[in-house]
Amino acid sequence: MDKSFHGSGYKTERDALELKNISFLIINGERNRHVLDNISFKFKPGELIVLTGPNGSGKSTLAEIIVGIKSPKSGQILLGGEDITSKNITERAKLGISYSFQQPICFKGVTVRDLLEIARPENQAFKELEIVGLEKDEYLDREVNKTLSGGELKRIEIATVLARNSKVMIFDEPEAGIDIWSFDNLIKVFKKLRQKNKDKIIIIISHQKPIMDIADRVIILKKGSL
Amino acid sequence: MNLDEIEKDLLKRVADISGVPEGAYNFRINGKSVGKKSTKNIDVKSKAEESGIDVFIEPGTKKDVVHIPVILSESGHKETVYNDFYIGDNSEVTIVAGCGIYNCGVKNSIHDGIHAFHVGKNCKVKYIEKHYGTGPSAGKILNPTTELHLDESSYVKLELEQIAGVDSTSRLTKADLKNDAKIEIEEKLLTHGRQIAKSNIEVTLEGENSTADIVSRSVARDTSKQNFKLHITGKTTCRGHSECDAIIMDDAKVIATPSLDAESLNAELIHEAAIGKIAGEQLTKLMTLGLTPDQAESKIINGFLK
Ligand SMILES: Nc1ncnc2c1ncn2[C@@H]1O[C@H](COP(=O)(O)OP(=O)(O)OP(=O)(O)O)[C@@H](O)[C@H]1O
Ligand SMILES: [Mg+2]
Repeated sequence: MDKSFHGSGYKTERDALELKNISFLIINGERNRHVLDNISFKFKPGELIVLTGPNGSGKSTLAEIIVGIKSPKSGQILLGGEDITSKNITERAKLGISYSFQQPICFKGVTVRDLLEIARPENQAFKELEIVGLEKDEYLDREVNKTLSGGELKRIEIATVLARNSKVMIFDEPEAGIDIWSFDNLIKVFKKLRQKNKDKIIIIISHQKPIMDIADRVIILKKGSL
Repeated sequence: MNLDEIEKDLLKRVADISGVPEGAYNFRINGKSVGKKSTKNIDVKSKAEESGIDVFIEPGTKKDVVHIPVILSESGHKETVYNDFYIGDNSEVTIVAGCGIYNCGVKNSIHDGIHAFHVGKNCKVKYIEKHYGTGPSAGKILNPTTELHLDESSYVKLELEQIAGVDSTSRLTKADLKNDAKIEIEEKLLTHGRQIAKSNIEVTLEGENSTADIVSRSVARDTSKQNFKLHITGKTTCRGHSECDAIIMDDAKVIATPSLDAESLNAELIHEAAIGKIAGEQLTKLMTLGLTPDQAESKIINGFLK
Protein backbone atom coordinates (compact mmCIF):
# COMPACT_ATOMS: atom_id res chain seq x y z
CA MET A 1 0.00 0.00 0.00
CA ASP A 2 1.28 3.43 -0.92
CA LYS A 3 1.10 5.79 2.05
CA SER A 4 2.76 8.74 0.41
CA PHE A 5 -0.34 10.89 0.82
CA HIS A 6 -0.44 10.59 4.59
CA GLY A 7 0.10 13.86 6.36
CA SER A 8 -0.59 16.00 3.34
CA GLY A 9 -4.32 16.29 4.08
CA TYR A 10 -5.18 13.45 1.75
CA LYS A 11 -6.66 10.21 2.84
CA THR A 12 -4.77 7.14 1.84
CA GLU A 13 -4.37 6.27 -1.78
CA ARG A 14 -6.74 3.44 -1.13
CA ASP A 15 -9.49 5.90 -2.00
CA ALA A 16 -8.10 6.65 -5.45
CA LEU A 17 -9.96 6.06 -8.70
CA GLU A 18 -7.70 4.35 -11.13
CA LEU A 19 -8.07 3.72 -14.85
CA LYS A 20 -5.83 1.03 -16.26
CA ASN A 21 -5.36 0.64 -20.00
CA ILE A 22 -8.92 1.66 -20.90
CA SER A 23 -9.82 1.35 -24.58
CA PHE A 24 -13.13 2.06 -26.22
CA LEU A 25 -13.94 1.31 -29.81
CA ILE A 26 -16.68 2.48 -32.08
CA ILE A 27 -17.56 0.13 -34.87
CA ASN A 28 -18.66 2.09 -37.85
CA GLY A 29 -19.27 -0.15 -40.83
CA GLU A 30 -15.98 -1.66 -41.89
CA ARG A 31 -13.92 0.83 -39.95
CA ASN A 32 -13.29 0.77 -36.24
CA ARG A 33 -12.31 3.92 -34.46
CA HIS A 34 -10.50 4.02 -31.15
CA VAL A 35 -12.30 6.73 -29.19
CA LEU A 36 -10.18 5.88 -26.16
CA ASP A 37 -6.85 4.25 -26.77
CA ASN A 38 -5.21 2.52 -23.81
CA ILE A 39 -5.84 5.22 -21.22
CA SER A 40 -4.31 4.97 -17.77
CA PHE A 41 -4.80 7.57 -15.07
CA LYS A 42 -5.05 7.88 -11.31
CA PHE A 43 -7.48 10.35 -9.71
CA LYS A 44 -6.47 11.03 -6.13
CA PRO A 45 -8.72 11.93 -3.21
CA GLY A 46 -8.85 15.65 -2.47
CA GLU A 47 -8.20 16.57 -6.07
CA LEU A 48 -10.27 18.64 -8.42
CA ILE A 49 -9.42 17.58 -11.93
CA VAL A 50 -10.58 19.26 -15.09
CA LEU A 51 -10.81 17.05 -18.14
CA THR A 52 -10.79 18.98 -21.38
CA GLY A 53 -10.21 18.41 -25.07
CA PRO A 54 -11.85 18.98 -28.45
CA ASN A 55 -15.44 18.04 -29.22
CA GLY A 56 -15.72 14.35 -29.90
CA SER A 57 -12.43 13.52 -28.19
CA GLY A 58 -14.13 11.04 -25.84
CA LYS A 59 -14.52 12.97 -22.58
CA SER A 60 -18.14 12.01 -22.00
CA THR A 61 -17.38 8.48 -23.12
CA LEU A 62 -14.67 8.22 -20.48
CA ALA A 63 -17.06 9.52 -17.82
CA GLU A 64 -19.72 7.01 -18.92
CA ILE A 65 -17.18 4.22 -18.64
CA ILE A 66 -16.33 5.26 -15.09
CA VAL A 67 -20.04 5.41 -14.15
CA GLY A 68 -20.83 2.08 -15.83
CA ILE A 69 -23.09 3.37 -18.60
CA LYS A 70 -20.64 2.11 -21.22
CA SER A 71 -18.28 -0.84 -21.00
CA PRO A 72 -14.71 -0.49 -22.16
CA LYS A 73 -13.40 -2.85 -24.80
CA SER A 74 -10.48 -3.57 -22.54
CA GLY A 75 -8.93 -2.27 -19.36
CA GLN A 76 -9.85 -1.98 -15.72
CA ILE A 77 -11.39 0.55 -13.37
CA LEU A 78 -10.34 0.45 -9.74
CA LEU A 79 -11.95 2.31 -6.87
CA GLY A 80 -10.00 2.18 -3.65
CA GLY A 81 -8.02 -0.72 -5.06
CA GLU A 82 -11.15 -2.74 -5.82
CA ASP A 83 -11.79 -3.73 -9.42
CA ILE A 84 -15.24 -2.36 -10.27
CA THR A 85 -15.06 -2.96 -14.04
CA SER A 86 -17.78 -5.62 -13.97
CA LYS A 87 -20.09 -3.77 -11.58
CA ASN A 88 -23.28 -2.22 -12.92
CA ILE A 89 -24.38 1.41 -12.65
CA THR A 90 -26.35 0.93 -9.44
CA GLU A 91 -23.51 -0.87 -7.71
CA ARG A 92 -21.05 1.82 -8.68
CA ALA A 93 -23.47 4.53 -7.51
CA LYS A 94 -23.67 2.78 -4.15
CA LEU A 95 -19.89 2.56 -3.98
CA GLY A 96 -19.79 6.33 -4.37
CA ILE A 97 -19.62 7.34 -8.00
CA SER A 98 -22.00 9.95 -9.33
CA TYR A 99 -22.36 11.72 -12.63
CA SER A 100 -24.02 14.93 -13.77
CA PHE A 101 -25.01 14.22 -17.37
CA GLN A 102 -23.93 16.47 -20.22
CA GLN A 103 -27.50 16.35 -21.53
CA PRO A 104 -29.94 16.40 -18.60
CA ILE A 105 -32.55 13.66 -18.76
CA CYS A 106 -36.24 14.54 -18.96
CA PHE A 107 -39.03 12.50 -17.40
CA LYS A 108 -42.80 12.39 -17.35
CA GLY A 109 -44.41 12.87 -13.96
CA VAL A 110 -41.16 12.71 -12.01
CA THR A 111 -40.58 15.89 -10.00
CA VAL A 112 -37.45 17.69 -8.86
CA ARG A 113 -38.36 16.58 -5.32
CA ASP A 114 -38.52 12.94 -6.47
CA LEU A 115 -35.04 13.09 -8.00
CA LEU A 116 -33.49 14.77 -4.98
CA GLU A 117 -35.16 12.28 -2.63
CA ILE A 118 -33.84 9.39 -4.67
CA ALA A 119 -30.40 10.97 -4.73
CA ARG A 120 -30.39 11.27 -0.96
CA PRO A 121 -33.27 9.63 0.90
CA GLU A 122 -32.19 10.95 4.32
CA ASN A 123 -31.84 14.59 5.39
CA GLN A 124 -34.19 16.35 3.06
CA ALA A 125 -33.54 20.06 3.30
CA PHE A 126 -33.14 20.31 -0.47
CA LYS A 127 -30.42 22.87 0.04
CA GLU A 128 -28.73 21.74 -3.19
CA LEU A 129 -31.40 23.65 -5.10
CA GLU A 130 -30.47 26.87 -3.34
CA ILE A 131 -26.81 26.10 -3.98
CA VAL A 132 -27.40 25.99 -7.73
CA GLY A 133 -29.49 29.14 -7.42
CA LEU A 134 -33.01 27.75 -7.76
CA GLU A 135 -35.81 28.85 -5.45
CA LYS A 136 -36.98 25.79 -3.49
CA ASP A 137 -40.64 26.76 -3.33
CA GLU A 138 -40.75 27.41 -7.02
CA TYR A 139 -38.98 24.32 -8.33
CA LEU A 140 -39.39 21.43 -5.90
CA ASP A 141 -42.71 20.26 -7.28
CA ARG A 142 -42.03 21.00 -10.93
CA GLU A 143 -41.85 18.00 -13.22
CA VAL A 144 -38.43 17.34 -14.69
CA ASN A 145 -39.46 17.82 -18.30
CA LYS A 146 -39.05 20.19 -21.21
CA THR A 147 -41.21 22.87 -19.58
CA LEU A 148 -38.06 23.69 -17.61
CA SER A 149 -35.52 25.78 -19.50
CA GLY A 150 -32.22 24.27 -20.59
CA GLY A 151 -30.31 26.12 -17.89
CA GLU A 152 -32.82 25.11 -15.22
CA LEU A 153 -32.60 21.45 -16.24
CA LYS A 154 -28.83 21.64 -16.15
CA ARG A 155 -28.82 23.12 -12.65
CA ILE A 156 -31.25 20.47 -11.40
CA GLU A 157 -28.98 17.83 -12.89
CA ILE A 158 -26.02 19.30 -11.00
CA ALA A 159 -28.11 19.47 -7.80
CA THR A 160 -28.84 15.73 -7.95
CA VAL A 161 -25.12 14.99 -7.91
CA LEU A 162 -24.45 17.51 -5.13
CA ALA A 163 -27.23 15.79 -3.17
CA ARG A 164 -25.50 12.42 -3.46
CA ASN A 165 -22.35 13.95 -2.03
CA SER A 166 -20.44 10.85 -3.04
CA LYS A 167 -16.76 9.99 -3.07
CA VAL A 168 -16.36 10.56 -6.80
CA MET A 169 -18.38 13.31 -8.45
CA ILE A 170 -18.19 13.85 -12.19
CA PHE A 171 -19.73 16.94 -13.76
CA ASP A 172 -20.00 16.89 -17.54
CA GLU A 173 -19.85 20.45 -18.91
CA PRO A 174 -21.71 21.93 -15.96
CA GLU A 175 -21.42 25.41 -17.46
CA ALA A 176 -23.38 24.52 -20.62
CA GLY A 177 -26.47 26.67 -20.98
CA ILE A 178 -25.85 28.51 -17.73
CA ASP A 179 -25.84 32.32 -17.72
CA ILE A 180 -22.77 34.36 -16.74
CA TRP A 181 -24.04 35.29 -13.27
CA SER A 182 -24.84 31.73 -12.38
CA PHE A 183 -21.56 30.63 -13.91
CA ASP A 184 -19.66 32.74 -11.36
CA ASN A 185 -21.77 31.17 -8.64
CA LEU A 186 -21.08 27.71 -10.02
CA ILE A 187 -17.34 28.27 -9.83
CA LYS A 188 -17.73 29.27 -6.20
CA VAL A 189 -19.73 26.09 -5.59
CA PHE A 190 -16.97 23.89 -7.02
CA LYS A 191 -14.26 25.80 -5.16
CA LYS A 192 -16.10 25.30 -1.90
CA LEU A 193 -16.75 21.66 -2.67
CA ARG A 194 -13.04 21.18 -3.23
CA GLN A 195 -12.04 23.03 -0.05
CA LYS A 196 -14.54 21.29 2.22
CA ASN A 197 -13.84 17.79 1.03
CA LYS A 198 -10.30 16.54 1.33
CA ASP A 199 -11.33 12.97 0.61
CA LYS A 200 -13.40 13.41 -2.53
CA ILE A 201 -12.50 13.21 -6.16
CA ILE A 202 -14.11 15.94 -8.22
CA ILE A 203 -13.87 15.60 -11.97
CA ILE A 204 -15.17 18.41 -14.13
CA ILE A 205 -15.36 18.07 -17.88
CA SER A 206 -15.14 21.56 -19.27
CA HIS A 207 -13.92 23.87 -22.01
CA GLN A 208 -13.92 26.92 -19.75
CA LYS A 209 -10.76 28.70 -18.60
CA PRO A 210 -12.26 29.92 -15.25
CA ILE A 211 -13.02 26.31 -14.36
CA MET A 212 -9.54 25.15 -15.34
CA ASP A 213 -8.18 27.91 -13.09
CA ILE A 214 -9.61 26.26 -9.97
CA ALA A 215 -8.29 22.80 -10.89
CA ASP A 216 -5.47 20.97 -9.17
CA ARG A 217 -4.68 19.34 -12.48
CA VAL A 218 -5.98 19.81 -15.99
CA ILE A 219 -5.84 16.84 -18.31
CA ILE A 220 -6.37 17.00 -22.03
CA LEU A 221 -7.91 14.22 -24.03
CA LYS A 222 -6.92 14.23 -27.67
CA LYS A 223 -7.12 11.57 -30.35
CA GLY A 224 -7.94 8.93 -27.78
CA SER A 225 -5.03 9.66 -25.46
CA LEU A 226 -4.38 11.82 -22.42
CA MET B 1 -74.81 -0.10 5.64
CA ASN B 2 -73.17 -3.42 6.41
CA LEU B 3 -69.99 -3.95 4.45
CA ASP B 4 -67.54 -6.80 4.78
CA GLU B 5 -63.77 -6.29 4.64
CA ILE B 6 -63.49 -6.96 0.91
CA GLU B 7 -66.24 -4.48 0.14
CA LYS B 8 -64.71 -1.87 2.41
CA ASP B 9 -61.35 -2.27 0.68
CA LEU B 10 -62.92 -1.94 -2.78
CA LEU B 11 -64.78 1.15 -1.68
CA LYS B 12 -61.61 2.73 -0.38
CA ARG B 13 -59.83 2.04 -3.63
CA VAL B 14 -62.45 3.22 -6.08
CA ALA B 15 -64.01 6.10 -4.19
CA ASP B 16 -61.40 6.87 -1.54
CA ILE B 17 -63.97 6.67 1.24
CA SER B 18 -64.30 4.59 4.35
CA GLY B 19 -67.91 4.52 5.40
CA VAL B 20 -70.61 7.05 4.66
CA PRO B 21 -69.34 10.11 2.79
CA GLU B 22 -70.35 13.74 3.08
CA GLY B 23 -73.01 14.98 0.67
CA ALA B 24 -75.29 13.00 -1.57
CA TYR B 25 -74.59 9.39 -2.46
CA ASN B 26 -75.82 6.10 -3.80
CA PHE B 27 -74.03 2.85 -2.97
CA ARG B 28 -74.71 -0.01 -5.27
CA ILE B 29 -73.55 -3.43 -4.14
CA ASN B 30 -74.23 -6.60 -6.13
CA GLY B 31 -77.07 -5.01 -8.04
CA LYS B 32 -78.87 -3.39 -5.12
CA SER B 33 -78.85 0.13 -3.82
CA VAL B 34 -77.78 -0.36 -0.20
CA GLY B 35 -77.61 3.28 0.78
CA LYS B 36 -78.89 6.43 -0.82
CA LYS B 37 -79.02 10.03 0.29
CA SER B 38 -80.20 13.26 -1.28
CA THR B 39 -79.25 16.69 -0.02
CA LYS B 40 -80.90 20.09 -0.24
CA ASN B 41 -79.48 20.70 -3.71
CA ILE B 42 -78.94 17.22 -5.01
CA ASP B 43 -81.74 14.77 -5.55
CA VAL B 44 -80.79 11.12 -6.05
CA LYS B 45 -83.68 8.98 -7.38
CA SER B 46 -83.82 5.34 -8.37
CA LYS B 47 -85.12 4.77 -11.86
CA ALA B 48 -88.52 3.13 -12.15
CA GLU B 49 -88.13 1.29 -15.44
CA GLU B 50 -84.54 0.11 -15.45
CA SER B 51 -81.67 -0.17 -13.01
CA GLY B 52 -79.81 2.97 -12.18
CA ILE B 53 -80.37 6.41 -10.82
CA ASP B 54 -81.27 9.92 -11.89
CA VAL B 55 -79.37 12.68 -10.18
CA PHE B 56 -80.77 16.19 -10.29
CA ILE B 57 -78.47 19.00 -9.30
CA GLU B 58 -80.14 22.35 -8.59
CA PRO B 59 -78.91 25.38 -10.52
CA GLY B 60 -76.37 27.37 -8.55
CA THR B 61 -75.24 24.45 -6.37
CA LYS B 62 -71.73 25.17 -5.12
CA LYS B 63 -68.95 22.84 -4.07
CA ASP B 64 -71.12 19.77 -3.54
CA VAL B 65 -69.98 16.18 -3.93
CA VAL B 66 -71.91 13.11 -5.08
CA HIS B 67 -70.54 9.61 -4.53
CA ILE B 68 -71.95 6.76 -6.59
CA PRO B 69 -69.64 3.78 -6.10
CA VAL B 70 -70.46 0.33 -7.43
CA ILE B 71 -69.18 -2.87 -5.86
CA LEU B 72 -69.46 -6.38 -7.25
CA SER B 73 -68.35 -9.04 -4.82
CA GLU B 74 -70.58 -11.96 -5.87
CA SER B 75 -69.02 -13.99 -8.63
CA GLY B 76 -71.16 -14.20 -11.73
CA HIS B 77 -73.06 -10.98 -11.18
CA LYS B 78 -73.90 -9.27 -14.46
CA GLU B 79 -75.57 -5.90 -14.74
CA THR B 80 -76.24 -2.95 -16.97
CA VAL B 81 -76.86 0.25 -15.08
CA TYR B 82 -78.09 3.60 -16.37
CA ASN B 83 -77.16 6.72 -14.44
CA ASP B 84 -78.32 10.13 -15.65
CA PHE B 85 -77.11 13.43 -14.31
CA TYR B 86 -78.98 16.69 -14.83
CA ILE B 87 -76.72 19.50 -13.72
CA GLY B 88 -78.40 22.90 -13.40
CA ASP B 89 -76.80 26.13 -14.65
CA ASN B 90 -73.99 27.75 -12.66
CA SER B 91 -73.30 24.68 -10.53
CA GLU B 92 -69.97 23.45 -9.23
CA VAL B 93 -69.95 19.76 -8.37
CA THR B 94 -67.64 16.81 -8.04
CA ILE B 95 -68.99 13.41 -8.93
CA VAL B 96 -67.09 10.37 -7.74
CA ALA B 97 -68.06 7.18 -9.51
CA GLY B 98 -65.94 4.07 -9.68
CA CYS B 99 -66.39 0.35 -9.73
CA GLY B 100 -64.65 -2.33 -7.77
CA ILE B 101 -64.98 -6.02 -8.55
CA TYR B 102 -63.95 -8.95 -6.41
CA ASN B 103 -64.18 -12.29 -8.14
CA CYS B 104 -63.32 -15.60 -6.55
CA GLY B 105 -65.68 -17.78 -8.57
CA VAL B 106 -65.64 -19.38 -11.98
CA LYS B 107 -68.11 -17.04 -13.65
CA ASN B 108 -67.61 -13.62 -15.15
CA SER B 109 -68.60 -10.59 -13.14
CA ILE B 110 -69.69 -7.79 -15.42
CA HIS B 111 -70.67 -4.19 -14.82
CA ASP B 112 -71.76 -2.11 -17.78
CA GLY B 113 -72.27 1.42 -16.52
CA ILE B 114 -73.97 3.83 -18.88
CA HIS B 115 -73.67 7.41 -17.73
CA ALA B 116 -75.19 10.48 -19.32
CA PHE B 117 -74.37 14.00 -18.21
CA HIS B 118 -76.49 16.97 -19.14
CA VAL B 119 -74.33 19.87 -18.05
CA GLY B 120 -75.97 23.29 -17.84
CA LYS B 121 -74.49 26.68 -18.70
CA ASN B 122 -71.49 27.98 -16.74
CA CYS B 123 -71.05 24.81 -14.73
CA LYS B 124 -67.84 23.40 -13.35
CA VAL B 125 -67.95 19.65 -13.06
CA LYS B 126 -65.32 17.18 -12.06
CA TYR B 127 -66.05 13.52 -12.69
CA ILE B 128 -63.74 10.92 -11.21
CA GLU B 129 -64.06 7.28 -12.20
CA LYS B 130 -61.72 4.62 -10.89
CA HIS B 131 -61.82 0.96 -11.77
CA TYR B 132 -60.27 -1.77 -9.74
CA GLY B 133 -60.45 -5.54 -9.71
CA THR B 134 -59.20 -8.08 -7.22
CA GLY B 135 -59.71 -11.70 -6.20
CA PRO B 136 -58.21 -14.91 -7.54
CA SER B 137 -60.44 -15.42 -10.59
CA ALA B 138 -60.30 -13.79 -13.96
CA GLY B 139 -63.52 -12.60 -15.54
CA LYS B 140 -63.67 -9.12 -14.04
CA ILE B 141 -65.23 -7.11 -16.78
CA LEU B 142 -66.14 -3.43 -16.94
CA ASN B 143 -67.64 -1.67 -19.92
CA PRO B 144 -68.38 1.96 -19.17
CA THR B 145 -70.11 4.31 -21.53
CA THR B 146 -70.03 7.98 -20.68
CA GLU B 147 -71.94 10.55 -22.68
CA LEU B 148 -71.58 14.22 -21.98
CA HIS B 149 -73.48 17.22 -23.31
CA LEU B 150 -71.88 20.50 -22.36
CA ASP B 151 -73.94 23.65 -22.60
CA GLU B 152 -72.42 27.10 -23.14
CA SER B 153 -69.40 28.13 -21.07
CA SER B 154 -69.45 24.95 -19.02
CA TYR B 155 -66.30 23.15 -17.99
CA VAL B 156 -65.97 19.43 -17.32
CA LYS B 157 -62.92 17.57 -16.17
CA LEU B 158 -62.92 13.79 -16.43
CA GLU B 159 -60.42 11.69 -14.55
CA LEU B 160 -60.60 8.09 -15.67
CA GLU B 161 -58.32 5.62 -14.01
CA GLN B 162 -57.86 1.88 -14.20
CA ILE B 163 -54.71 0.78 -12.51
CA ALA B 164 -55.15 -2.86 -11.67
CA GLY B 165 -57.09 -6.07 -11.81
CA VAL B 166 -59.67 -5.54 -14.53
CA ASP B 167 -59.45 -8.35 -17.07
CA SER B 168 -61.40 -6.82 -19.85
CA THR B 169 -62.66 -3.34 -20.40
CA SER B 170 -64.20 -1.53 -23.30
CA ARG B 171 -64.77 2.12 -22.66
CA LEU B 172 -66.70 4.58 -24.77
CA THR B 173 -66.57 8.27 -23.91
CA LYS B 174 -68.51 10.74 -26.04
CA ALA B 175 -68.87 14.46 -25.61
CA ASP B 176 -70.39 17.35 -27.51
CA LEU B 177 -69.72 20.96 -26.63
CA LYS B 178 -71.59 24.22 -27.18
CA ASN B 179 -70.07 27.73 -27.39
CA ASP B 180 -67.17 28.43 -25.03
CA ALA B 181 -67.48 25.06 -23.34
CA LYS B 182 -64.35 23.23 -22.33
CA ILE B 183 -63.61 19.60 -21.61
CA GLU B 184 -60.49 18.01 -20.20
CA ILE B 185 -60.13 14.27 -20.21
CA GLU B 186 -57.32 12.57 -18.34
CA GLU B 187 -57.14 8.84 -18.78
CA LYS B 188 -54.72 6.55 -16.96
CA LEU B 189 -54.52 2.90 -17.63
CA LEU B 190 -52.31 0.02 -16.61
CA THR B 191 -52.83 -3.49 -17.87
CA HIS B 192 -50.93 -6.61 -16.98
CA GLY B 193 -51.20 -10.36 -17.38
CA ARG B 194 -53.55 -11.14 -20.26
CA GLN B 195 -55.81 -8.15 -19.75
CA ILE B 196 -57.47 -6.35 -22.59
CA ALA B 197 -58.46 -2.70 -22.58
CA LYS B 198 -60.14 -0.65 -25.24
CA SER B 199 -60.87 3.01 -25.00
CA ASN B 200 -62.73 5.01 -27.52
CA ILE B 201 -63.04 8.75 -27.02
CA GLU B 202 -65.07 10.93 -29.37
CA VAL B 203 -65.37 14.65 -28.85
CA THR B 204 -67.37 16.97 -31.07
CA LEU B 205 -66.63 20.66 -30.82
CA GLU B 206 -69.87 22.15 -32.07
CA GLY B 207 -69.82 25.56 -30.47
CA GLU B 208 -67.59 28.53 -31.20
CA ASN B 209 -64.48 28.70 -29.04
CA SER B 210 -65.10 25.34 -27.50
CA THR B 211 -61.99 23.44 -26.46
CA ALA B 212 -60.99 19.88 -25.74
CA ASP B 213 -57.84 18.58 -24.15
CA ILE B 214 -57.48 14.82 -23.98
CA VAL B 215 -54.46 13.15 -22.40
CA SER B 216 -54.23 9.41 -22.26
CA ARG B 217 -51.31 7.74 -20.50
CA SER B 218 -50.98 4.03 -20.29
CA VAL B 219 -48.63 1.23 -19.40
CA ALA B 220 -49.05 -2.24 -20.89
CA ARG B 221 -47.15 -5.11 -19.30
CA ASP B 222 -46.86 -8.86 -19.82
CA THR B 223 -49.05 -9.98 -22.73
CA SER B 224 -51.80 -7.43 -22.20
CA LYS B 225 -53.35 -5.52 -25.07
CA GLN B 226 -54.58 -1.97 -25.31
CA ASN B 227 -56.41 -0.25 -28.08
CA PHE B 228 -57.06 3.48 -28.15
CA LYS B 229 -59.15 5.48 -30.54
CA LEU B 230 -59.24 9.19 -30.05
CA HIS B 231 -61.35 11.26 -32.35
CA ILE B 232 -61.96 15.01 -32.32
CA THR B 233 -64.34 16.76 -34.68
CA GLY B 234 -64.16 20.53 -35.00
CA LYS B 235 -67.18 22.13 -36.62
CA THR B 236 -66.34 25.79 -36.11
CA THR B 237 -63.71 28.03 -34.50
CA CYS B 238 -62.43 25.73 -31.80
CA ARG B 239 -59.34 24.12 -30.37
CA GLY B 240 -58.76 20.44 -29.79
CA HIS B 241 -55.69 18.63 -28.54
CA SER B 242 -55.24 14.97 -27.86
CA GLU B 243 -52.23 13.11 -26.64
CA CYS B 244 -51.81 9.40 -26.39
CA ASP B 245 -48.71 8.26 -24.62
CA ALA B 246 -48.04 4.59 -23.92
CA ILE B 247 -45.21 2.59 -22.40
CA ILE B 248 -45.01 -1.02 -23.51
CA MET B 249 -43.17 -3.71 -21.62
CA ASP B 250 -42.60 -7.43 -22.01
CA ASP B 251 -44.80 -8.78 -24.83
CA ALA B 252 -47.61 -6.29 -24.56
CA LYS B 253 -49.30 -4.65 -27.53
CA VAL B 254 -50.68 -1.16 -27.88
CA ILE B 255 -52.55 0.28 -30.80
CA ALA B 256 -53.31 3.99 -30.88
CA THR B 257 -55.46 5.41 -33.62
CA PRO B 258 -55.86 9.14 -33.52
CA SER B 259 -58.10 10.94 -35.90
CA LEU B 260 -59.02 14.53 -36.43
CA ASP B 261 -61.90 15.87 -38.40
CA ALA B 262 -61.77 19.58 -39.14
CA GLU B 263 -64.97 20.81 -40.72
CA SER B 264 -64.05 24.46 -40.46
CA LEU B 265 -61.08 26.49 -41.57
CA ASN B 266 -60.87 27.84 -38.04
CA ALA B 267 -60.71 24.53 -36.26
CA GLU B 268 -57.29 24.04 -34.70
CA LEU B 269 -56.79 20.38 -33.98
CA ILE B 270 -53.64 18.64 -32.84
CA HIS B 271 -52.86 15.07 -32.05
CA GLU B 272 -49.73 13.63 -30.48
CA ALA B 273 -49.10 9.94 -30.04
CA ALA B 274 -46.10 8.07 -28.73
CA ILE B 275 -45.72 4.41 -27.95
CA GLY B 276 -42.47 2.92 -26.80
CA LYS B 277 -40.56 1.16 -24.12
CA ILE B 278 -39.29 2.94 -21.03
CA ALA B 279 -36.62 5.39 -22.09
CA GLY B 280 -33.26 3.79 -21.38
CA GLU B 281 -31.70 7.09 -20.42
CA GLN B 282 -34.33 7.62 -17.72
CA LEU B 283 -33.47 4.23 -16.23
CA THR B 284 -29.78 5.04 -16.46
CA LYS B 285 -30.18 8.37 -14.71
CA LEU B 286 -32.09 6.85 -11.80
CA MET B 287 -29.55 4.05 -11.50
CA THR B 288 -26.73 6.58 -11.23
CA LEU B 289 -28.69 7.95 -8.28
CA GLY B 290 -28.52 4.52 -6.64
CA LEU B 291 -31.77 2.80 -7.64
CA THR B 292 -31.73 -0.80 -8.86
CA PRO B 293 -33.10 -1.35 -12.38
CA ASP B 294 -36.41 -2.62 -10.91
CA GLN B 295 -36.75 0.31 -8.53
CA ALA B 296 -35.95 2.72 -11.35
CA GLU B 297 -38.57 1.09 -13.57
CA SER B 298 -41.33 1.34 -11.00
CA LYS B 299 -40.41 4.93 -10.18
CA ILE B 300 -40.72 5.86 -13.86
CA ILE B 301 -44.04 4.08 -14.27
CA ASN B 302 -45.53 5.47 -11.07
CA GLY B 303 -44.53 8.96 -12.11
CA PHE B 304 -45.93 8.44 -15.59
CA LEU B 305 -49.31 7.33 -14.25
CA LYS B 306 -49.41 9.77 -11.35
N1 LIG C 1 -23.22 5.43 -30.08
C1 LIG C 1 -22.29 6.04 -30.84
N2 LIG C 1 -22.23 5.80 -32.19
C2 LIG C 1 -21.31 6.40 -32.96
N3 LIG C 1 -20.41 7.26 -32.48
C3 LIG C 1 -20.41 7.54 -31.17
C4 LIG C 1 -21.35 6.95 -30.28
N4 LIG C 1 -21.11 7.41 -29.05
C5 LIG C 1 -20.08 8.27 -29.15
N5 LIG C 1 -19.65 8.32 -30.42
C6 LIG C 1 -18.51 9.12 -30.92
O1 LIG C 1 -17.49 9.02 -29.97
C7 LIG C 1 -16.73 10.20 -29.95
C8 LIG C 1 -16.58 10.67 -28.53
O2 LIG C 1 -17.81 11.17 -28.06
P1 LIG C 1 -17.93 11.91 -26.68
O3 LIG C 1 -19.35 12.25 -26.47
O4 LIG C 1 -17.27 11.11 -25.63
O5 LIG C 1 -17.08 13.25 -26.94
P2 LIG C 1 -16.82 14.48 -26.00
O6 LIG C 1 -15.36 14.61 -25.85
O7 LIG C 1 -17.61 14.37 -24.75
O8 LIG C 1 -17.34 15.68 -26.89
P3 LIG C 1 -18.09 17.07 -26.50
O9 LIG C 1 -17.01 18.03 -26.11
O10 LIG C 1 -18.72 17.48 -27.77
O11 LIG C 1 -19.04 16.77 -25.43
C9 LIG C 1 -17.45 11.17 -30.87
O12 LIG C 1 -16.77 11.23 -32.08
C10 LIG C 1 -18.82 10.57 -31.04
O13 LIG C 1 -19.34 10.89 -32.29
MG1 LIG D 1 -19.21 15.33 -24.00
